[in-house]
Amino acid sequence: MTEERLIISRKTNNKFFLMIAIGVVLLIAGIIFMALGGGADHGEGHGEATAAGHEAASWAKRLFVNLWLNNVYFTGIALIGTFFVAVQYVAYAGWSVLIKRIPEALSYYLPIGAVVMLVVFLFGGHDIFHWTHEYLYDVNDPRYDPIIAGKSGYLNFWFFLIRMVVFFALWILFFNWLRRTSINEDIHGGTSYYHKSIRISAIFLVIFGVSSSMSAWDWVLSIDTHWFSTMFGWYVFASWFVSGLAATTLTVIILKQNGYLKHVNSNHLHDLGKFVFAFSIFWTYIWFSQFVLIWYANIPEESIYFLERLSGSDGKYTWIFFFNLLINFAFPFLVLMTRDAKRQMIMLKIVTIAILIGHWFDFYLMMMPGTLRGDAGLGFIEIGTALVFLGVFLLTFTKGLTKASLVPVNHPFLEESVHHHV
Amino acid sequence: MNKKFVLGIYDDEDVLLSAIENIRAAGTKIYDVFSPYPVHGIDDVLGIKRSRLPIVAFFCGLFGTSFALWMQIWMLGFDWPMIIGGKPHIALPSFIPVTFELTVLCAAFGMVITFFIVSKLKPSLRVNVFDKRSTDDKFVMAIEIKEGVTDLSALNNLLRSNGAIEVNEKEVIK
Repeated sequence: MTEERLIISRKTNNKFFLMIAIGVVLLIAGIIFMALGGGADHGEGHGEATAAGHEAASWAKRLFVNLWLNNVYFTGIALIGTFFVAVQYVAYAGWSVLIKRIPEALSYYLPIGAVVMLVVFLFGGHDIFHWTHEYLYDVNDPRYDPIIAGKSGYLNFWFFLIRMVVFFALWILFFNWLRRTSINEDIHGGTSYYHKSIRISAIFLVIFGVSSSMSAWDWVLSIDTHWFSTMFGWYVFASWFVSGLAATTLTVIILKQNGYLKHVNSNHLHDLGKFVFAFSIFWTYIWFSQFVLIWYANIPEESIYFLERLSGSDGKYTWIFFFNLLINFAFPFLVLMTRDAKRQMIMLKIVTIAILIGHWFDFYLMMMPGTLRGDAGLGFIEIGTALVFLGVFLLTFTKGLTKASLVPVNHPFLEESVHHHV
Repeated sequence: MNKKFVLGIYDDEDVLLSAIENIRAAGTKIYDVFSPYPVHGIDDVLGIKRSRLPIVAFFCGLFGTSFALWMQIWMLGFDWPMIIGGKPHIALPSFIPVTFELTVLCAAFGMVITFFIVSKLKPSLRVNVFDKRSTDDKFVMAIEIKEGVTDLSALNNLLRSNGAIEVNEKEVIK
């Protein structure tokens, strides 16, 4: 088996930079629109809201929430890269060896995600998280909130910050460790690297199990501080995992269509397709499990979360609520159901792109009603921020892909993967 | 009616696979191949079309979904309306678990029953075992001899030159 090096041309890189540039321009345009009052996408009703004593969200708040939304989304995809590789190692999987370098390289975004997360939290924490306000914990303050104060043992500035730093440190450490072992295997060969990778992966999976759940509570659930759901860690994980799988599958197809990954065939695509299919159903299962219990019990403090999304803010989020189910469940479920669809690049391409967009909206729906409420929108700021993040993500991801051979030449299961047949 | 078969016995999976390809390429029709365990890729070389069972599964599942929804809507909404937990009579979210279960049940049972019917599997079924060793450690390739054909040496040679360790004849009484 020979090495296969990915070459990212200057032209491709320029496209990513152009993406970032367009994003920045849109972002600045959006901010100027908002700062000049109104803003294109929620101009009407703005004046009335202000007149009613309701203070409209500032452009800075909207910017911070958007940065947070995109960073949580892309950090999740990056983290799933290492998670996927670790699962494959622990399962002694053979089929995935030919594509393992792709999820591996997804994780190159993690350090950037860490820095952005830290900076946005330090500067925009008050805009995103209601619980960061000091007065909520002061008994003598009229705004004192006994419920939030009761959670201060876990939900306080320093512990939150420590958790964030520790999680990122662990994730980056294990990502580098696995990646280094894998690259050393390419150079030196032998099975010792493989056995070492299994041990590293097993430890990482335990850490991931705890940290992915806790980071979901911290970064997403704590926006709606009063609300709680025991399903939430799973819910965010499911959303991340299916997005990560979609990103991996999409990259495999794009690389294949550009003449790389010569040994990858429709059997590998079939397995990736099954993964995407299965985990979009898994996500729906978690979504429904969370929804139906709250709907059935109908306890105000619980159902407020879904009321805000279904009919709150003058029905602003209603269409996203249903669109979310349609694009993330019904569409992949019906399209990827047949065997042929999972083995065809065009079908997989359409579905994975839909899922990647759909789960961005999923995170949008998790974060916006709790932060911007009626002032959220889908305008220049949202599209601009998403484009900037996508550009940066693609730059780091493709750079990571070029750093090693696309085929792990000395992986003990490489032959098995080449002859994979389903 | 009696049917005559020539049986080629193989003891290696890879030899068998290439033999099937060569024999089919030579224009000989293979009746069936018997193996102690599922051989990977044998369906493709034998030219067996993919099963249409998934289509049955889809429609059985669809039936399950519609039946479950109809049943619950009719029972709880029209036939015997009751107020449960202050919810409307026709409260779709509470119907989803039953709908899901019935979809799975109908798809699974429909598929199994269809499979039994299509492959004529029934308790009274008697199966001709061409060579008992195909349940142990040998692969058996059966080729039906057309009526009137008496000279089998060409077939014999074809099988042997493609790695058969033994070539036997067998008459099956239908």
